[in-house]
Amino acid sequence: MAKLVGMEVSIAAAEAVKQANVDVISAYPITPQTHVVEHLSELVANGELDAEFFCVESEHSALSVCVGSSATGARSFTCTSSQGLALMSEITYIASALRLPIVMVIANRSLSAPINIWNDHSDVMSIRDCGWIQFFAENGQDVYDHVFISYRLAEDKAVLLPVIVNMDGFTLSHVIEPVELIEQEKVDQFLPPYQPLFCLHPDRPVTMGGIALPGIFAETKKAQEVAIRSSIPKILETWKAFGDMTGRYYHPIETYKAEDAETLLLTMGSFGETASCAVDKMRGEGRSVGLVKIRLWRPFPFDEFKKATLHAKQLVVIDRAVSVGGPGGPVASEVKAAIYGEDQRPSVYNFVAGVGGRDVAPSDFIKMVDKAEIEIEEGNKEGYEIYGVRE
Amino acid sequence: MTKPESEWTWKELPIGITMLEPGNADQYRTGDWKTLKPVLNKELCVHCGLCYIFCPDMSYGLDAEGYFIVDLFYCKGCGICARECPTGAITMMLEEEK
Repeated sequence: MAKLVGMEVSIAAAEAVKQANVDVISAYPITPQTHVVEHLSELVANGELDAEFFCVESEHSALSVCVGSSATGARSFTCTSSQGLALMSEITYIASALRLPIVMVIANRSLSAPINIWNDHSDVMSIRDCGWIQFFAENGQDVYDHVFISYRLAEDKAVLLPVIVNMDGFTLSHVIEPVELIEQEKVDQFLPPYQPLFCLHPDRPVTMGGIALPGIFAETKKAQEVAIRSSIPKILETWKAFGDMTGRYYHPIETYKAEDAETLLLTMGSFGETASCAVDKMRGEGRSVGLVKIRLWRPFPFDEFKKATLHAKQLVVIDRAVSVGGPGGPVASEVKAAIYGEDQRPSVYNFVAGVGGRDVAPSDFIKMVDKAEIEIEEGNKEGYEIYGVRE
Repeated sequence: MTKPESEWTWKELPIGITMLEPGNADQYRTGDWKTLKPVLNKELCVHCGLCYIFCPDMSYGLDAEGYFIVDLFYCKGCGICARECPTGAITMMLEEEK
């Protein structure tokens, strides 16, 4: 029987990386990612994990090491946050284009300035188009589970893409939660050793990362685009296999009391659990409100998203990043684009909330739903505002 | 690459754009970047080989008569050979001029 233990989510993530039997870890410490890599460094130093731990001088190097190690066929892991991810961003595009199955956990944190170490999604939104498969975890169990899911998916020869697991900084990373640990034999069965398709080896020389002149660059991008779009069936298959093993089944779009709801809240990451409390309260008052949560952010699951939302009258999208000067938060922009071609579609009202670690309580979600319903009723069907700002 | 880049479709590209054959950079035609090409006046040439030494793309080779001749498949037209030639035997000319 699987063990249920109280554990800090960062430690659970590190334990999952150990159980995934990685060969290389390369990381540079940054709050709030630190506990993950500190724990991994202890595991390696104590001989509990047989892996190389590279202490590099920057996040740019951290991911560069992973690109190199992954290219030699080593299972590679890194983890970062905020400014670290920004510094790493150049290499994120290279890892995906070279189709290297690296897994990275991001403890999501705001981007400076002003300096702020707390949670929002502005770091990962800055590399939205980097070509990695991207998950958003809602709780500690999600984070732990998705390390295994990510490696199996990334290394599948029909996928071969790097994967990001987004974990809200502090809100998840520093919180002690009950986590059901999976027995090692089951992990080993679920996650066989990595067999690279191509790797750097002196006996069979290949070139990775060559130049592509204008005559062929577009073809390489088309191939990459098709690869990530067509990974959705594999993602579903991997989740199914994981569910059959653990009883925990995951979906690209998760819903809560959403099927018959006129108003839908839409969240990503740890907001989901708080918002579900708000939904319960509003349902108790007889209001027709439900919740939709995006778990798979890239590739965007258009079909599943439409299936979950098109019946609603209004969609209240909660973003955790500001697209300065843009049409609204990044999630709302994408959601609007996803449903634009539909004859029957909900009005989309957009709030940016909880940036820089500002608390958002269940009562705040209720206030946002109240405000959106009134505004839409009064004809402001596509509103956008930063929630809770003092005037 | 086994064929010119203009003939590859996106479906045929190896995963991760990995190049499976080593030593294929000599198939890159850098010669079509140039607007000026070096033209040699053999009467002034003293066979010193400075053009060969200075050429940053190693486009010069020795022919049977002992002249250093540029390979226009690779020459980018930078003009360093013409500048370094001690006798002024090399002139940079527009490509369409004879």
